[in-house]
Amino acid sequence: MATTQTLTPSMKRERRASLRRNVFYLVLIAIGLVAPFVAYPVFLMKVLCFALFACAFNLLLGYAGLLSFGHAAFLATGGYVTGYLLASYPALTPELGMLIGTAAAVVLGAIFGALSIRRQGIYFAMVTLALAQLVFFFYIQAPFTGGEDGLHGVPRGHLLGIVDLRSNLAMYYFVFAVFLFGFALIQRTVHSPFGQVLKAIRENEPRAVSLGYNVDAYKLVAFILSAGLAGLAGSTKTVVFQLASLTDAHWHMSGEVILMTLLGGVGTLFGPVVGAGLVVSLQHLLAQSPLGNWVGPILGVIFVICVLSFRSGIVGEAMKMYRKNFK
Amino acid sequence: MTQEFILETRGLTKQFRGFTAVDDVNLQVREGHIHALIGPNGAGKTTVFNLLTKFLPPTRGEILYRDKPITGMKANEIARMGLVRSFQISAVFAHMTALENVRVALQRPIGTSFHFWKSERTLEHLNERAIELLDEVGLRDYADVLTMEMPYGRKRALEVATTLAMNPTLMLLDEPTQGMGAEDVDRIVELIRRVAKGRTVLMVEHNLSVVSRLCDRITVLARGAVLAEGDYETVSADPQVREAYMGSEAAIEEARA
Repeated sequence: MATTQTLTPSMKRERRASLRRNVFYLVLIAIGLVAPFVAYPVFLMKVLCFALFACAFNLLLGYAGLLSFGHAAFLATGGYVTGYLLASYPALTPELGMLIGTAAAVVLGAIFGALSIRRQGIYFAMVTLALAQLVFFFYIQAPFTGGEDGLHGVPRGHLLGIVDLRSNLAMYYFVFAVFLFGFALIQRTVHSPFGQVLKAIRENEPRAVSLGYNVDAYKLVAFILSAGLAGLAGSTKTVVFQLASLTDAHWHMSGEVILMTLLGGVGTLFGPVVGAGLVVSLQHLLAQSPLGNWVGPILGVIFVICVLSFRSGIVGEAMKMYRKNFK
Repeated sequence: MTQEFILETRGLTKQFRGFTAVDDVNLQVREGHIHALIGPNGAGKTTVFNLLTKFLPPTRGEILYRDKPITGMKANEIARMGLVRSFQISAVFAHMTALENVRVALQRPIGTSFHFWKSERTLEHLNERAIELLDEVGLRDYADVLTMEMPYGRKRALEVATTLAMNPTLMLLDEPTQGMGAEDVDRIVELIRRVAKGRTVLMVEHNLSVVSRLCDRITVLARGAVLAEGDYETVSADPQVREAYMGSEAAIEEARA
């Protein structure tokens, strides 16, 4: 063999597939660039923020096999910290505010992770839920969050002190760039040496231990990454909507992100994006229709149908069908 | 007597809520031996095994590896020292190819396993070594196959290849032939004999014919305590062992024949 590296046929196939995937990504990016001229930018930004949130959650559930029931805490922390800083210090540029908000979520993620990562299955979910509730009650009481009223009038400011984000179009492209960054980071993480170990741990944890891996440390890193990206989603959302509220910290939000991820397809890269798009669109459409009060039950029914009839979610099922028919 | 024993236990005891599963076990595994741990059901073999591999903490007693106490160490730490275990149910990574299975074991020492920002293609220089290891257990043609699609016997062989990737000095095998057909058993016995060269093996095994063919030394456990120890001839002639194995005495005769 001419090369120094040995590649098996499946790896060569994988290389060709990755070329096709890159073309697919380019098409999607093009769609994303044109989208604000077709649809309402604020709506698109909401979809992108929740898509990033769901992707962050999926990194943990889909690739590390950990079901967190407390991810609202990270979304809210990113949002509140960024919102408070930008509202109080007008000199601060939005990207710095978002950076600090994300950093706060990373720190919170490290604390949550350190306390919960040794627990398995349902106990892990319970510990994360309890911690997130603690954070929720803290935000109700804390003076800087505006309690039940929320934090209003966060200025969008000028990106890097130059680009005026008051324009929805400029804001949209910034949000799109943030989303792409988050998505690319997750994609890379999944297909990295770290991702390989994570996969091994998910497949057979005792075996990974017997190969010398300190599995808790790997899970903790995945948890912190996920928390940080959820915080980034929250920070971005706060800048877009110029407010941070208790809705983001409520356990409903932790549930909603599970719903989005499962609906779209857990453990697939695009599943959470599709799931978030679907849930946000439905909420948006139903809120305007006479069925406005029925958003919850309707989403519930869709969720039940989804879980019962196509378990791997929309993207998961589509991929299965593709493999069956085209390979 | 230093260095004579690679693994030693002193007064190893494990109690579960008052029930003594392992009672004052003194085990000595000689360097280079294939050592078997046998005994009737419920004798505590698997518990001893889990204590040795640190998957369970002992209630009392000491475990020494090359005369160094390892009692307080973690499971992943002793694996790095070269004490690598296998599992009763084949322990493979089902949604990964055979090659990737072995590569996971090879990648830890290169120190990039926490690097989530690097491409997994940075691991491709390990492929050659992984294929060599697969070749060693007769799985070269399976390199590209998803492990879940492999037959059971092949999965067990893959497990051996993955274990070998750790370059173990002491292999701890938990019932390596469990659930196998006769043909697969023969293949695994040959494989163990081959890979045991230059290494020490401690195995829990039910199949006495496997034990008689393979092992240099045997420890018999009954009710959590050591009942007898010696080579196969000594142990199988021991009246106490025969009594403990009552009902399966036929099995002993059969294995001898």
